[in-house]
Amino acid sequence: MTAGYNTVSLGTGRKEFNPRKARPGIEHYIKEAGQGVLTQIGGAQNVDESVIGNFMAGRFNKQGHLDGFIPMIDKGLSMKPAVRVEGACASGGLSLVTGIRQVLAETSEVVLSMGFEVQNTVKAIYGADILALAGWFQKRKKGHAYFFPGQFSDRAGAYYEKYGYEPSRKGMARWYANAIENARLDPTAQEYHNTNPDPYATALKMQPNGKTFVDHLTVLDCSKVSDGASGIAICSEEGLKRIGVDKKDAVEVMGFGHAVRDITTDPTDLTELETIKFAAHQALENAGITIDQLGTVETHDCFSIAGILAVEALGLAAKGKGADYVAAGKTSRNGELPFNTTGGLIGWGHPTGGTGVHQAVTIWQQLTGKAGDAQIKINEDKPYGLTINMGGDDVTVTSIVFKRGE
Amino acid sequence: MTYDERLQNISVLGAAGKMGSGILLLTAVEMADRSLLPENKGKTFVLNAIDVSDEALAGLMNYLRVQVRKIAEKKAVWLREIYADREDLIENYDIIDEYINTVLNIVRPTTAMEAAYRSNIVFEAVNENKDLKVKLFTQIKQHNPKDVWFFTNTSSVPIHLIDDEAQMEGSVIGFHFYNPPAIQRLVELIKTDNTKKEVVDFAYQYAKNLKKIVVPSNDFAGFIGNGHFMRDGLHGIKEAETLASEQKLPLYKTIYLLNKISQEYLIRPMGIFQLMDYVGVDVMKFILNVMDPFVKDEDLHSALLDTMIAQGIKGGQFSSGAQKDGFLKYNGGKPIAVWDSENKTYVDFSTFQDEADKLLGKLPESVVPWKATMRMRNKEEVFSKFFNELKTTDTLGATLALRYGKRSKEIGLKLVADKVANNEEDVNTVMLTGFYHAFGPINNYFD
Repeated sequence: MTAGYNTVSLGTGRKEFNPRKARPGIEHYIKEAGQGVLTQIGGAQNVDESVIGNFMAGRFNKQGHLDGFIPMIDKGLSMKPAVRVEGACASGGLSLVTGIRQVLAETSEVVLSMGFEVQNTVKAIYGADILALAGWFQKRKKGHAYFFPGQFSDRAGAYYEKYGYEPSRKGMARWYANAIENARLDPTAQEYHNTNPDPYATALKMQPNGKTFVDHLTVLDCSKVSDGASGIAICSEEGLKRIGVDKKDAVEVMGFGHAVRDITTDPTDLTELETIKFAAHQALENAGITIDQLGTVETHDCFSIAGILAVEALGLAAKGKGADYVAAGKTSRNGELPFNTTGGLIGWGHPTGGTGVHQAVTIWQQLTGKAGDAQIKINEDKPYGLTINMGGDDVTVTSIVFKRGE
Repeated sequence: MTYDERLQNISVLGAAGKMGSGILLLTAVEMADRSLLPENKGKTFVLNAIDVSDEALAGLMNYLRVQVRKIAEKKAVWLREIYADREDLIENYDIIDEYINTVLNIVRPTTAMEAAYRSNIVFEAVNENKDLKVKLFTQIKQHNPKDVWFFTNTSSVPIHLIDDEAQMEGSVIGFHFYNPPAIQRLVELIKTDNTKKEVVDFAYQYAKNLKKIVVPSNDFAGFIGNGHFMRDGLHGIKEAETLASEQKLPLYKTIYLLNKISQEYLIRPMGIFQLMDYVGVDVMKFILNVMDPFVKDEDLHSALLDTMIAQGIKGGQFSSGAQKDGFLKYNGGKPIAVWDSENKTYVDFSTFQDEADKLLGKLPESVVPWKATMRMRNKEEVFSKFFNELKTTDTLGATLALRYGKRSKEIGLKLVADKVANNEEDVNTVMLTGFYHAFGPINNYFD
């Protein structure tokens, strides 16, 4: 993969965001991210086909038939195949694995993979309805007004009960602080303008309040409502030659995992993300590497508790020890294994259908030395990067292992 | 009759007006919330929105729809619980829409006063005219077979006069919302010696459910809020007039200066002339006229207000909430010019502002804008520092500001001495919550 591009993640926190003023629509985001990739790969004529991931444009923007927007990016994409994929917040990840499969199947040498979501068209209380469709609709009635925060609040509540409130909250506060500190280093991040001198203290001080939000999470435990798009080119070796990009400027997909859990069933254990565990290990296994060879991870922290549970799912910490692992700074940018180095979903933003692609772009930037101020040091003995993209409550998961091309 | 039974049939008089619409909104929401409780299933709640204008009532319904949606959005969690047994209502969208319907179904807009003949309570928010209020109450009481209670929103008329003249026998109480009622948390509650206990009890319960801060005021014309504001306004006018004659300045310039003093130097949300415009120059005169006969030791009158009204300059607000021009002229809510009553024209600030500001001298550096004080924890310290600095500053601005602060305190203390307010704290609460002052008038900053 190469030629990644992210638009700004627009929403509360960005200085230019004003909920009362008109904002760019989906066309703007698709175009910007698509053209951002095309200019790096010698233009649209080099693309064989495109995949676009999106979750809920049908309701956020009242727009379906999204593959039809691909040729809008550039006339050169007209009369070529394009497909839209959807797997809730894993739509971006599905865009990636769909492209990867096309390349592996040798039906394409160069795939333009994109993902986007424009969510600030409705107030959060209605956005919650739309995002709730990532769950089983038959459970919506009994769910919380803020459905997904409610789901993960239940997971956080179960975690507190099992492993103690204080240590859990410390881990979650650290997770938030890491997200903010990393986001401040990436100009496209939603929290780029955040100036809080002590985000850790702020997050630790804020207590969950079920009367105003959900029982076990604060708003700082949640990813934000975002508008944004990301794109990246997925190429075979031939494709890479065609677009004239040096292997050193690309990342190689070493392996990937992709699994789905039955949406109509409840998680077996609220304190475990079983699909993430399965798909991530599948990715590592397919890549033929072990966890200690990872130099950085982009995981799906739609909620801070999801970040902590992913740490445990990966086996970095034992069950119940993930919060301590995070609290000890091991996932921070200078820690043992830096996570979400441009802020993740909480710091960079979470344009739902775009997130999976954004994660790949971040890994590509980090492994090829293009991450700007957010750049971390990638050691030779830990050259791999991992993405974990989750749709719904641990229902659809894609996970990919990357390494810089050579 | 229980609280809920009492609430089952209510009328609001003047429902489409500035205050009436807010009272109607809050009452409609309260009635809807009660109607949704399991114990009230199947009971009908009726809220008559009575006004003289069909056009204004149509506007009222639009206003309600928008405002109820905002309220519903904020309590979606509670609404989901309330509608838990409604299987057809699944998403927040469905639930919020249903709630809006529930609230609007309670409201009956009408121009027919007769609707109030079946009400248990009548909220009154008509013009500040005692005779009109008495007439309406008498008429309703005559035709209403129930033990009907009257909640008047008057901000100045003594309640016992209404009680006597309309022969209410203790069924009337002053329930004075602040503008806008949907946002302002303060309510001045005025009972007479005659007011029935159950009326008072209901009033407190209702205020509590509406999450209002209740300050009891005694039954003297103007009560606490206008008792302070009217005198404070008259002080501003008097100071402007004195300054004009002393400094040989045109009055419009000194009005500009006193407005600046009362806002920037006294750290208030708006200057005194802007506030008079907000309330309405005509409304102010009206209230003064109501108060004046009851206040023996003061002359509550201003010739300038008479002149303004004669010239057709009244202030107040458009139905959109936008500020009408009064002492000051507004652009996007910000004052940009001042009325020159001598030449009957507005004079742009820009033509004289710099030169006029120089007269006041420099503001001490420790000054803070009102907005910045809203979330300050160490307000007292900040204000002490600023006002102490002001005391050692030898400028016209400092002199006027200190005199203003002292006068404001004097007015506050007089309200307590005259037994309008029960204590100093009540005076300060009214000014802090009803007028958004950053500090109460009764303080030690100016001593």
